[in-house]
Amino acid sequence: MSTLEKEILFDVTTVRKDFPILTLSVYGKPLVYLDNAATTQKPQIVLDTLTKYYTEQNSNIHRGVHFLSEVATFEYEKARGKVKNLLNAADSKEIIFTKGTTDGINLVAHSYGRTHINAGDEVIISAMEHHSNIVPWQLLCEERGATLRVIPMNDEGELLIDGFQKMLSPKTKIVSVVYVSNSLGTINPIKKIIELSHANGTPVLIDGAQSVAHMKVDVRELDCDFFVFSGHKIFGPTGIGALYGKSEWLEKMIPYQGGGDMIRSVTFEKTTFNDLPFKFEAGTPNIAGGIGLGAAIDYVQKIGLDAIREYEHELLEYGTDTLQSVNGLRIIGTAKEKASVISFVVENAHPHDVGTILDREGIAIRTGHHCTQPVMQRFGIPATARASLSMYNMKEEIDILVRGIEKVKEIFG
Amino acid sequence: MSEVNELYQQLILEHNKSPRNFKKLENATHDADGYNPLCGDHYHVWLKLDGDTIADIGFQGSGCAISKSSASMMTSAVKGATIQEAKEMLEKYHSVIMTKIGDEIPEEKIESLGSLGALAGVREFPARIKCASLAWHTMNAALTQKEKSVSTEN
Ligand SMILES: Cc1ncc(COP(=O)(O)O)c(C=O)c1O
Repeated sequence: MSTLEKEILFDVTTVRKDFPILTLSVYGKPLVYLDNAATTQKPQIVLDTLTKYYTEQNSNIHRGVHFLSEVATFEYEKARGKVKNLLNAADSKEIIFTKGTTDGINLVAHSYGRTHINAGDEVIISAMEHHSNIVPWQLLCEERGATLRVIPMNDEGELLIDGFQKMLSPKTKIVSVVYVSNSLGTINPIKKIIELSHANGTPVLIDGAQSVAHMKVDVRELDCDFFVFSGHKIFGPTGIGALYGKSEWLEKMIPYQGGGDMIRSVTFEKTTFNDLPFKFEAGTPNIAGGIGLGAAIDYVQKIGLDAIREYEHELLEYGTDTLQSVNGLRIIGTAKEKASVISFVVENAHPHDVGTILDREGIAIRTGHHCTQPVMQRFGIPATARASLSMYNMKEEIDILVRGIEKVKEIFG
Repeated sequence: MSEVNELYQQLILEHNKSPRNFKKLENATHDADGYNPLCGDHYHVWLKLDGDTIADIGFQGSGCAISKSSASMMTSAVKGATIQEAKEMLEKYHSVIMTKIGDEIPEEKIESLGSLGALAGVREFPARIKCASLAWHTMNAALTQKEKSVSTEN
């Protein structure tokens, strides 16, 4: 398909109509929602799916013989199939429903970590990880007597792959890195990282929290061993997410939590565990969330992740150019490969004050350390202001952002 | 009152730019650390007590304009006051910035706060109230010496 045809196919005005919240006014100004890395808004179809579930399908799953339970189970498992398709996994049993990215990483740190990581071993993460991909490994390393190592980055916010290569050794038991940085926007060369790790015999976990809604992911093509993401960052509900794991790993891993649904049989002497994926899904799951996530995936795929990526790249270029031309504004995170996240600082104005002033203009951005304190330390700043763009954002909104920043400069100039 | 210009009044901007008593006291008798983990605001407050009187006070650290200017104004306000007076000021100031949006604050009450009254507008910005109270909590912790470090998040 030519780019022209794609441009015709992707129409931001049409997309915006699917998101009722985007018509809101805040403080009498039209909402300009630029905090999509924190969470995305939900299209009507997701809201309708949730309502339909609770009004026509609500029941517990995997256990009832009755009609509703069968409907709910069918819908929930159908959603699992949609996650499988989104990631192009080989089999639905490799898709574990979780609470989100954090939960997925903790699951792997627990279930893989406690069986494969021992005293003297090493875990490698990167300098731009979200706290959720630092702390679980830190806890694990402390408990197992292992060491946490960190891939360094340059001043643009790009990982130093040479440095990473030198870190790999027989002691490396897992590499866990973020695909797209939530505070810098960097798209990491994860294919290269996976190749190098595999050549070293080491499995790789990819934190896909910031990638799923913005680009196509093919876990088989990437050949990653684990991939985690959160539903709420891809237009789905909160409290649901998924972990993809190669079945050869998942089979070998110990359960994460014990309880109902994850067992085959229980006696007081011995419990045998259920098959994948249920072995890792103890208790009644977020059924509505799973089904809602399925609706969100359908929605995104209908628009097409390639078209989304292309449109967002255009937004990123426009946003970078316009923001860069603002006097006294400095963009933090200038990697060559970037997703539509623009972190910045404004001379003489603390990001927190920038956030408040923009808020009163109806502009929602995030300010702070974005759960990546080590990134802030690396750049020697306490915090940044961050505009993170999604497919429903428009160039006009970036112009409004720039006018808001001009107002900040008037006050703090 | 909810306009940003009324939050960022000249007096506040001026204290932010040139904070008063922005120094470490070498001969402090009391001190404490204050931290807001949500936005990274971080200050240290030193006091030198002479009997019951705050003979000198200083602070250092970094943060947003609201936290820095309120720290600066606080040091100006309590220098030379007794501990009792400082605590009363804290209480009055706190009750003003915590007043629910829409509720009246008596004019005299704001006036009695002197220049601190400039921060009354913070109540219209609930997300920023913690910024405006961080330095005060830190001073209070230093005075009571119960803890060496306070956080806005517990
Ligand atoms: C890169 C990255 N990893 C992990 C997370 C954590 O996601 P969640 O809070 O949904 O578990 C986030 C969310 O901000 C993120 O951006």
